[in-house]
Amino acid sequence: MAALCRRFTGFHFLLVLVSLSISSLVFGDWIGDDEGEQFTEELLLKPLPDRKVLAHFHFQSTAHPSPDSGHHHHLFPKAIAQLIWNRAPCDAVGHFMVQKFQIRDLELSFTQGRWNYENWGGSDPISSTNAKPPGVELWATFNVPVVEIDTTWKNLTHALSGLFCSSINFLESSTSYTTPSFVFGLNVSNIRYGALPREAVCTENLTPWLKLLPCRDKAGLATLLDRPSIYKGYYHSQKLRLTSTKLSGIILEQTLTIVLQPNIQRNSAHSLLDGAIQPSWSISSMFKRNLTGSCVLARTSRILVELEKNIVSKLEELGHGGSWSNSLLDLSPNPFRVIKEVNPFPEESNSILFEYVNSKEYEPLDVGIKWKLPFVWSSPHAPFHASRFLMGSGTERGSIAISLQSTKSDEYFRSKSNECRMQAVVFQVVPWYVKVYYHTLQIFIDQKLQNLSDVIEKIRVTPSEDKKLPGTLELVLGYPCTVQSVALTLDFDKGFLHIHEYPPDANQGFDIPSALVTFPNLHSSRIYIGDDSSVHSPLLLKFQEKNVVLSYTEVLLVPFTTPDFSMPYNVITFTCTVLALYFGSLLNVLRRRIGEEERLMRSKDANKRGLIPSIVSKITSKLRGMPGSKPLLIFAVVLSVLFHYIVN
Amino acid sequence: MFHNMFKLCNLEIAKLLREYIVAVGAESYYHKFVPRANKFHPLHFFSSTTDNLDLPANPSCGSFILNAVGIIRAPRGDGKETIVLVTPYNSQNTTYSDAVSLGIGFSIFSLLSHVTWLAKDIVWLAADSRYGEYTTVDSWLKDYHGPAFPGETSRIVDDACFEENNSDSLDHIKVEGHNSYVYKRAGTMAAALVLKVVDKKEEERDSLSIYAEASNGQMPNLDLINIAHYLAVHRQGLRVKIGSIIYFLKASWVKLLGEMLQHITTLAKRLNPKWKFDITSADYVEGTATLASSIYYQALGVPTGSHGAFRNYQVDAVTLEFSPRSSLNNENVRSAFLLKTGRLIEGVIRSVNNLLEKFHQSFFLYFLTAPHKYVSVGIYMIPFGILIAPLPIVAAALFSSNNGSSNKDGSWKWLQAAKVVFLIHLWAMITSLLPYVLLQLPLGTPSSFASAWAAVAICFLLITYLILWSSSIDCGWELLKSVMIVAAAIGLSLMSVINFSTAQIGAMLIVPMCLLVKPARKQTQGVFAKALMLTSNLALLVVAFPPAALLIAKTLFGASGNIDIGDFWEWAQILWSWNSATYMYLLWIHLPCWVLCLNIFLYPCIGSSSKA
Repeated sequence: MAALCRRFTGFHFLLVLVSLSISSLVFGDWIGDDEGEQFTEELLLKPLPDRKVLAHFHFQSTAHPSPDSGHHHHLFPKAIAQLIWNRAPCDAVGHFMVQKFQIRDLELSFTQGRWNYENWGGSDPISSTNAKPPGVELWATFNVPVVEIDTTWKNLTHALSGLFCSSINFLESSTSYTTPSFVFGLNVSNIRYGALPREAVCTENLTPWLKLLPCRDKAGLATLLDRPSIYKGYYHSQKLRLTSTKLSGIILEQTLTIVLQPNIQRNSAHSLLDGAIQPSWSISSMFKRNLTGSCVLARTSRILVELEKNIVSKLEELGHGGSWSNSLLDLSPNPFRVIKEVNPFPEESNSILFEYVNSKEYEPLDVGIKWKLPFVWSSPHAPFHASRFLMGSGTERGSIAISLQSTKSDEYFRSKSNECRMQAVVFQVVPWYVKVYYHTLQIFIDQKLQNLSDVIEKIRVTPSEDKKLPGTLELVLGYPCTVQSVALTLDFDKGFLHIHEYPPDANQGFDIPSALVTFPNLHSSRIYIGDDSSVHSPLLLKFQEKNVVLSYTEVLLVPFTTPDFSMPYNVITFTCTVLALYFGSLLNVLRRRIGEEERLMRSKDANKRGLIPSIVSKITSKLRGMPGSKPLLIFAVVLSVLFHYIVN
Repeated sequence: MFHNMFKLCNLEIAKLLREYIVAVGAESYYHKFVPRANKFHPLHFFSSTTDNLDLPANPSCGSFILNAVGIIRAPRGDGKETIVLVTPYNSQNTTYSDAVSLGIGFSIFSLLSHVTWLAKDIVWLAADSRYGEYTTVDSWLKDYHGPAFPGETSRIVDDACFEENNSDSLDHIKVEGHNSYVYKRAGTMAAALVLKVVDKKEEERDSLSIYAEASNGQMPNLDLINIAHYLAVHRQGLRVKIGSIIYFLKASWVKLLGEMLQHITTLAKRLNPKWKFDITSADYVEGTATLASSIYYQALGVPTGSHGAFRNYQVDAVTLEFSPRSSLNNENVRSAFLLKTGRLIEGVIRSVNNLLEKFHQSFFLYFLTAPHKYVSVGIYMIPFGILIAPLPIVAAALFSSNNGSSNKDGSWKWLQAAKVVFLIHLWAMITSLLPYVLLQLPLGTPSSFASAWAAVAICFLLITYLILWSSSIDCGWELLKSVMIVAAAIGLSLMSVINFSTAQIGAMLIVPMCLLVKPARKQTQGVFAKALMLTSNLALLVVAFPPAALLIAKTLFGASGNIDIGDFWEWAQILWSWNSATYMYLLWIHLPCWVLCLNIFLYPCIGSSSKA
């Protein structure tokens, strides 16, 4: 099988080579051209404390800023480019113009599973940029005038929906998206944000995403994406980030973050120590694929293995600082380069990246870690762990509670705790049928009810409007760093909906999308010892950006009162039956010529007068006397409702 | 796991369980609470809220309860829904069956921690039932749905009581002392299973008893019971039992009735083979006994287990009580038993897990006549409707016959009767609230409470009558009966909405009494008719008096021992401490009706208002 696979990829590689040579003949030498389009592919692997492994694929395509190249791109996906530039139609006037959207910034994520902030980290760059809420999340900023933004957004959702085979078009309705003002730290009025927590994510979303890559999944790092193994993971988030500026052109970042569980050989099922030794893994064992060669169109193709600072500090204790082969673990094969993080606090240890360059075409690059000793460590936490839950029971009212619990992890806050003040921004979108009373906002700090004006630094509330607008709450909280727990509660009423307003599977309940909690004065940036390698690695550049530490809370499910959906159908069918019987008999009576029949009867049997004709004539005389069929209709409806209740 | 459990005391079991949960790789925390006594709050019916003010000021270390809770987050799920598994155990007096039930609970939990099909989270609550399992589960649920913010519970009890002495540094990192009291939640509950093992000896097969009744006759969705029953019978070969009243199983008249029915059905079958209602006598007897117990437990309004706590939060829950064929000390028996029960629970959890919507398709209002047979609301409402339909008709008839005969100002005479009825109902309401006052008094035994209650109630009744006599109301017994019947009919219909079973049993007593009651001195034609009338009136008046009915039921259903007056107090106490609506029914509807009937039976003036 493996041989077959290799032959298969080899064949494709040949094809690519051939096409490459042809294209290089046609377009000249453009690979490696700094001014033109670029594509890079990178993979970050990182062992996680709970015996899992994080794999983060980062593909980046850039396109030239100037629209001189016309409609043609060498590497950059055309479908995406069309989203950005608003070009004049090339055809003659009168030809219908292809709708295009002036997007400045766009982020679309498809996520399955939940990011485990406690075990997988909450303050490192990966978690602050790639931990996403379950389902689909989309936000975008536009370059169009304010009045056109809503229509542009609607068209954009439809375009993306078609592009990624998902129901992003549900974000079109004004009840499902909102305009945050300061959460994303961006310009106020031209951003739109929407989330679909119930959207299922599967390969049908991955395939169009892969089609945006120049090599698809035929060569390079994307060949590792074996569908069964990546969808078996504990977290799966595919993201598309698009930024366009006049200076740098369009940058398309495609990331796929997955958390996988390497296979474990269980020796004794019930031994307490069994959990201590970390499972050893390699690329081929996790993805069930071999990595041979890079995508030839990629400028760089590399694999990075990260060891967190807690592992490194343990290694330093044991006396082997940045070595990749020691008494604790074995990294194979030998890395090309070791990149160390520079920390503002010199006494602490830093994380280490081991770099591999994926260039060998015939020998598979099988990066892996072999653990030798039992070892337990913990990931860097965000200072506060955010969670959200529902309070109350019954189908009438309830409350939403968001709680921030100190993780006590950041010693550096403890040290300067006297004057330290923590800021937390809470962003919560609530659908209109959950009628939140914003005046009931209560904030508890360490279980003590606080005066709102003492804690809230800034607040912006957009109340929901029935069937039009979702409610939005944006809140900046300020409190001392030493606080143990912060909790805010909001009461709500559950609205009554029309029968046609219920979504499918209404008896499951209604979703409230994840709330977003950000800590604006905390950043997850990392600084690496500067050699020129970081310049060429978009992933490391990304790590060095000043990203705000943030965390998404759980999606909530609010049980609603649901009508008996079958009742209208029962009533309709029963009423129809009764009406059909009525009209059928009426028609029968009306079109029967009684006089004729009587004459016929008389001619048959002159002496006897038939029983049925006399009854029929009686009924017709009665019916003619009736004013209309309204009472009968009402009677039928009442009867059918009664029948429904007896049946159920 | 079973064997070292006996050596541990109190909190050690929770600690041990938590260690196991953490070793499996699941999240875990301790739920800690101080149990409070149930008090009589007359205004707290229908609401499960209790104020947190009556906390003991300084709870000692021994008084709080510690439960270990484990949460499995579904690997690819979105965490919106959970399935709860509860295994109660008594930490002070741990029996072998407790240990087995904890073992089953843990083995299922550890299995679920690495399955790939989970879509909903799993919460396992190992509930320390030292002060009653319902209290524990209820308090956990209250915290789940209430504002138990992280860290709050740990403040209730001083942490010094429970110090972490983990010598092993490796364990110390995993079992962090700090986070272990932080209350964690996991989405909306889809269903809950309470799992118990009892060491009763069964005849031939391992058996499973299903308990489902929650407070005030609420039942979980029938589909949950159906799932458990189907998997138990058709997959695991267990014998499924639900409660039945033994009296009906043994009573010869039920058997006779059953045999008669059997004859009739065979006769009917001979007439037309297509008619399919053949029933055997044994089936009939068993069905009757099961139906009677189903109605009884619903009418009582007291939950039959800790699953009742879930129903307060609209969560479907059942208790599954397993009993092995022979002693669990036998290795073979034990492993086979563990396998069967584990598979059954796994099957039920998997079935619930696969549901997209919560249970709503099947019935919530039903009686069980067998584990797989039921009587739905559409059927049992009809006889009840027929039973109380005569009441308004008779009331109207009495009113019109009385009104038509009298003169003009007599048309407002019914207001006098309404006044009497109202005063008696007022008296009944005061009587129902008396225990609240009485509980403040230092009366020792239940019997003294009961006699004090009865004495005060009778005093009040006499005062009411004095008021009535002093205002010299003369309305005639027919009008009084008519108004009383209307009040009873309204009360019964309201009660049938709140708790149908209570209304059904009550109607069976009240309706004949209301319809038949006539003054004893009233002249009737024929001595025989009069004697019949008198005896039936007397019998009904005796049977319908709640304490008398309780006595009769007790002697009929084979309760041994002498009967004490304190029993009534204890019985009433059970009703109000569980917020049972039956208490309100008995004292607000049944008792005044009975007093009014007695009043009519002993009505002094006959000639004045009888038919002129």
